[in-house]
Amino acid sequence: MSALRLLAEQDPGELVEGLTAVGRGIVYGGAAIGPGIGIGIVVGNAITAMARQPESAGVVRTTMFLGIAFTEALALFGFVLSFIISG
Amino acid sequence: MLGLEFPPISELVEWKSFGPGGLNKVGLIYVVSALLTIAFFMTAVAKGRKQRVPTGVAAIAESSVDFVRNQIIMQTMGTEGMVYLPLLATMFFFIFFSNIFEIIPGVQFPANARIAMPIVLALLVWLIFNVAGIVKQGPIQYFKGILFPPGVPKALYLLVTPIELVSTLLVRPLSLSVRLFANMLAGHLILATFAVLSAALFSASISIVVMPFSFLLLVFLMGFEILVSFLQAFIFTILAAVYIGGAVHPEH
Repeated sequence: MSALRLLAEQDPGELVEGLTAVGRGIVYGGAAIGPGIGIGIVVGNAITAMARQPESAGVVRTTMFLGIAFTEALALFGFVLSFIISG
Repeated sequence: MLGLEFPPISELVEWKSFGPGGLNKVGLIYVVSALLTIAFFMTAVAKGRKQRVPTGVAAIAESSVDFVRNQIIMQTMGTEGMVYLPLLATMFFFIFFSNIFEIIPGVQFPANARIAMPIVLALLVWLIFNVAGIVKQGPIQYFKGILFPPGVPKALYLLVTPIELVSTLLVRPLSLSVRLFANMLAGHLILATFAVLSAALFSASISIVVMPFSFLLLVFLMGFEILVSFLQAFIFTILAAVYIGGAVHPEH
């Protein structure tokens, strides 16, 4: 109850500012989870492929960068969105 | 509280205009990197004509054109894509030069951390791959290839066609520009953060023990940003090559 009273006594501008900061954190943190796992899978499998067939390392590396680029785009959308959000 | 003054993001990316037409630091970096790209290849051509074995600038230019040909075009389009070699090589060097100003002392701003030029470049790529596809396959065949990819069961077209329409014609230029822009902005913010932290540790007496480590991390991140600015130029160019190649050579 005391926490609610504290919230009610806050200046609404301050509350909006604080919650905006929390929202920005949640947006970027949430957007980074999936791509983090995804890039791990992409690079891990690329390393496996390079270790099994070192002679195809060139092709694998190019494809790996492509895969990273596509996966990473989602995290970057979250990064940009976290700047766009404003109270 | 943080305990130290961190500059707001508007102070890190916005610059006063000082020239005609609102020219500011970002615009100046783009002009300089365009001139650098032109000068680089012109000098290489002028020197390479005279020498039998290229040295200096000509050797660097030759090996970098070789890099664009072998690592970007041959991997994605094959020999038919050699028409796009001048476009992709100049695009690679323009993006790389405007990125590398991130770590050059005294400038220290990647021009691509403002989204204007990445959007222009992505729209250019969008225009080129659409026009190339329409010219090569004819408009009906080209849009049929995008909207109704072969090898999909008939009933699934209800689901696949809207997704393909959005992902090919809308998300491609958007993700291409946002990828370059957000990577450079993030790199710039990281460098600014660690520079501010190192400066704060310099002034505090008790933290003199940890100061060298934070400074070393800043130096390490500078090196990392060299890699990032090269990699982003490479990824932008190779994705442009993939999109053009996909439009010119449809899947069967």
